[in-house]
Amino acid sequence: MVTVADLGTVAGAMMAGSLRVSTPFLFVSLGECLTEKSGRINLGNEGVLVLGAMVAYATSYETGSPWFGVLAAVGAGLVLGGLHGAVCSLARVNDVAMGIAIMLAGTGIAFFFGKPYVQPSAPLLPGIPLAWWSDSPVLRNALLVCPLFFLGIAAAIAMHWLFRATRVGLRIRIVGDSQDAALALGLPIDWTRFLATACGSGLAGIGGAFLSLYYPGSWNEGLSSGQGLMAVALVVFARWNPINCVYASLLFGAAGALGPSLQTVGVTWGYYLFYAAPYVVTLVVLIISARGGGSLRGMPGQLSIGR
Amino acid sequence: MSETAIATGTATRPAGGDKSYKWRHLLEALLAPLVALLAAVGLFSIFLLALGQSPLDFLDLVWFGAFGSWFSLQNTLQRAAPLLLTALCVALPGQLGLVIIGGEAAVVLGGLAATIAALPLIHTNPLLVWVVMAVAGAAMGALWIGLTGWLRARLGVNEVIASLVLAYIGMALFNHLVEGVFRDPASLNKPSTYGIGEENMLGTVPWLDVHPGIPIGIIACVLCWVLIFRTGVGFAGRVTGGNIRAAQLQGLPVSKLIIMACGLGGACAGLAGTIEVAAELGRANASLAAGYGYTGILIAFLARFNPLAIMPMAVLLGGLGAAGGLLQRRMGLPDATVQVLQGMIFVSILASDTLYGRIRWFQPRGDA
Repeated sequence: MVTVADLGTVAGAMMAGSLRVSTPFLFVSLGECLTEKSGRINLGNEGVLVLGAMVAYATSYETGSPWFGVLAAVGAGLVLGGLHGAVCSLARVNDVAMGIAIMLAGTGIAFFFGKPYVQPSAPLLPGIPLAWWSDSPVLRNALLVCPLFFLGIAAAIAMHWLFRATRVGLRIRIVGDSQDAALALGLPIDWTRFLATACGSGLAGIGGAFLSLYYPGSWNEGLSSGQGLMAVALVVFARWNPINCVYASLLFGAAGALGPSLQTVGVTWGYYLFYAAPYVVTLVVLIISARGGGSLRGMPGQLSIGR
Repeated sequence: MSETAIATGTATRPAGGDKSYKWRHLLEALLAPLVALLAAVGLFSIFLLALGQSPLDFLDLVWFGAFGSWFSLQNTLQRAAPLLLTALCVALPGQLGLVIIGGEAAVVLGGLAATIAALPLIHTNPLLVWVVMAVAGAAMGALWIGLTGWLRARLGVNEVIASLVLAYIGMALFNHLVEGVFRDPASLNKPSTYGIGEENMLGTVPWLDVHPGIPIGIIACVLCWVLIFRTGVGFAGRVTGGNIRAAQLQGLPVSKLIIMACGLGGACAGLAGTIEVAAELGRANASLAAGYGYTGILIAFLARFNPLAIMPMAVLLGGLGAAGGLLQRRMGLPDATVQVLQGMIFVSILASDTLYGRIRWFQPRGDA
């Protein structure tokens, strides 16, 4: 029988789990949000995530500094995203299919060069102990948060400000919302999208660095469980709003932690079904928004998946 | 009025006396991906040279590992078999202008449904088991992708996102069932369902010595080609893909066509899962989610949604996969080498889409 105390345990474990696993979701979804705001979709961020994880781990091992690893992951993301951005600028190239090609190419390159780094252990990122005041080792462990998590929240706020209050943000939104308006204003459409895609993948690369340098904190070929692709659904759920991306990442992270948390109090039923919960919600959101007949509120008008 | 006559007649031919346009058009469609393939191989050769390996040795090994011997050819064909069917899952809706990326879920759920349907019958006749499996697997796949089509046609939900989200829901459902109700307690390390039994496994096709997946895939591709390019329904579908408003104004049943194309595509993907279970795995487990759905998307795009073009593309990629093991043993290259080459080929061929229409010689001439 599940008691009230058990529910508390589950809620606590979910929050801790959510804090721990939401960071990659956050970075990839922010990156995807930036790219999609410029009117292009990038399914290749899954490949960026895996390549970023490998490059970050390898760099951390070779240089001894995990922060160099994070920088290298950003670089890897910029290159792979730049490739996607450049090729999609060509006429008649389908960005959905190209994204999947980039996903396979990115994971391939990561596995190829990552082989020698499966065994050695690289220096990892330190955690920030938010529960230094507590004596409870459980609590201390649960509130040991990766600095990248705060970086992600800062990035979300910065991106929100970028879109709301800056000239650059306005230009990205115009390019993403109406190609005609952008042409009339003389904005460099392809160049804007190229930069938005490259920078978006740079952000996604940080998510990869988190995977290999913090949690789970090692490099192997099964490191990513599809967070890069899931980010596409997550951005829909967040309605292309960077602040909502934070909430959505925490929610998706919590949903993933629900099964294991329930298991700690003896509930084993539906372990895997809980993973699907956020997707069911996303689907419901999609259906409800589509009922009006128009596209989703907040969806950039030039997005290929919106037309 | 006969729509078939229009489809076979002047559909691709422009007005005027440009007789050779049909052939130049075909040549353009063959040359563009071929140039891109050569570019990818060239790029990959530079990659190998930078690593101090010989590209010639590599290509020689790939050729030998993929097509060089009877054994490697069998391996290639067996790898191509599920790709033929998962590519159809993208190509059929693709003809109507839809991009379905959730084939992976149709494969695993199709395989699972086929296994579950077979379990009560394992002590009867294998032929009965196969028929029931094929029907159950195809129906499950059709249901899953058809649901995406229904969401698109009736509710206006975007099919890319819907199929992606449904793919994750499908995977969760699969894991839930395989690790729960249908789990064979004996499968400790790798949760699996109960097996369908040795006697119910598909044997090999006489003369060819490969499992029936490859003939089934080829037949499916040919049938789909006939459906798309030689029937009225296919013509209606292509009109819808060309311009959905025009199709609606013509009174074509656009919603029905969309649901039908998605359902049929899903049935193909479900069949791919069924064949994997019946010919290779013998039970449903995580090995079903081997990425056939995703590779199928790319093959469909490489083939420009033409079912006949899917066949060489699937064999090419199946061959690369088959050569992987040999490369690892002979050249000491990691098994991901093939994946790097595949990625380069995909990027290069997809980018080559931009070449169409750039060179004047291939364009229609005269007073058209």
